[in-house]
Amino acid sequence: MLQSLFMSFTDTRSRDLRTPFSVDVVGLENYTRALGDPVFRKAMLNTAYFVVVGVPLTLLVALAAAVALDRGITRLRGVFRLGFYTPVITSIVAVAVVWRFLLETDYGLINTVLGWVGVDGPNWLGDPSWSMPSLILMATWRNFGTGMIIFLAGLQAVPWNLHEAAAIDGASAWQRFRHITLPLMRPTILFVSVTTGIGYLQFFEEPFVLTNGGPLNSTKSMSMYTYEQFGFGNYGYAASISYIIFVLVAVVTAIQFRLLREEK
Amino acid sequence: MLGSRKGTWWLYGVLTVALVAVVAPFAWMVLGSLKSEGELRQAPPTWWPQSASLDNYTQLFSRLDFGGYFTNSVVVAVVVTAGNLLFCSALGYALAMLDFRGKKALFVVVMTTLMIPGVVTFVPLFVLVANAGLVNTLPGLFLPFLVSPFGVFLMRQFILGLPKDLIDAGRVDGAGELRIFARIILPLCGPALATLGILTFLGSWNNFLWPLVVAQTEDTYTLPVALALYSTGQNSTQYGLLLAGATVVVLPVLIVFMVFQRRFIEGIATTGIK
Repeated sequence: MLQSLFMSFTDTRSRDLRTPFSVDVVGLENYTRALGDPVFRKAMLNTAYFVVVGVPLTLLVALAAAVALDRGITRLRGVFRLGFYTPVITSIVAVAVVWRFLLETDYGLINTVLGWVGVDGPNWLGDPSWSMPSLILMATWRNFGTGMIIFLAGLQAVPWNLHEAAAIDGASAWQRFRHITLPLMRPTILFVSVTTGIGYLQFFEEPFVLTNGGPLNSTKSMSMYTYEQFGFGNYGYAASISYIIFVLVAVVTAIQFRLLREEK
Repeated sequence: MLGSRKGTWWLYGVLTVALVAVVAPFAWMVLGSLKSEGELRQAPPTWWPQSASLDNYTQLFSRLDFGGYFTNSVVVAVVVTAGNLLFCSALGYALAMLDFRGKKALFVVVMTTLMIPGVVTFVPLFVLVANAGLVNTLPGLFLPFLVSPFGVFLMRQFILGLPKDLIDAGRVDGAGELRIFARIILPLCGPALATLGILTFLGSWNNFLWPLVVAQTEDTYTLPVALALYSTGQNSTQYGLLLAGATVVVLPVLIVFMVFQRRFIEGIATTGIK
């Protein structure tokens, strides 16, 4: 980790592997170069888009599924839990291949199903304004199961007699959820949002397989940019980008801690 | 019950639709892998394969070397899992039960590295592995993952919960540290080791960025690397082949998951709650 910090201040390139002493320290040049590169700025915006929309969506779906399974139903709970969790254990590369096929404009399953209800589905992965939503949709599908399992465990700790007392006092289901369940679940929600956020900040496989960062760089993530620069042999530069990602991870984590703590 | 009967039925309906939506891609993957290229491109798509065949799989293992990639994935995952079970439990034991100089510092290092994402370290790690001459070798794929900070933390937390008297009893009877660890601690760690083993195997099987960087020719590809490169390279439009490849990657994991699902889900829940 310290080595990566050092490398990020140098102009290390692939040929320097054999001659480590020819590396020059270039100070902050890598960082200013990154911030001056429009493709990198685009990658930052894309990553922000993915995180800001993707994390709340994933959390919302996970929480809804957990609440439904916890109190709504009594039978078949295990079946639903198993089914919803299944995508989590699968390789992102493999499911991305499958999703690319599902999202095909003319013969994909998703547009076919949309056609049944009279909606003319878009060119999901080929249209720059739909490409990112497609990726977010797939990421939510793949990841909400983890949050759901952790929320389910958290919901077990919410005392049911509080709900009963509130119900006797005439509180609606929504009021009880809002004023009893949510406050007690705050630490769990914090945990899930931090881990999901850290994962989403680094998203890589999804654009690699689905779109290769396109169309028009609309899905190029910061991790993908790092990998590309690494592929070009710009190791020092790639290391500095990865350091920016690391700092962002730390900052986003700190912000989430702040937000969820202060609402108390 | 606080919910109405009608509401419950409605909820079952919504959940069933959601379940179908979540599981459908996998069914579509398996069904699609049995279809021909022509059939895969029909609009509207067909549900059941018109003439189901294993052609795509035969191609995968004869024309492409998926057998070799499969072996690589298995070797790497098994070695990484074995390494983690051994080293994480040993380190976890040391951090939980022994007193030695630098223990606090070691724990701080573990906790800090726990937070660092893989994308941050892969460049200097690659330089390290390259200097050791391990690029494009299987050891290059598994050596950096033989011990994980997450595993050390998990094992430490679990071993902290074991009674210290057992160790003292062992010491009184004259057992050395190694013997205490192997004979007393390890047998009690069953549930934690099972969780760690499952999560590690899964993580290694699905790992992508590192093998993508280190494996540079076909003989060291793991399954995800091979599938990703084929799907973005010259075979990018051969969906039958790609869906069959995805099935080969996903199916073993699905089977293991179905068998061990209880352990899986409990493992995830415990890592979340701590």
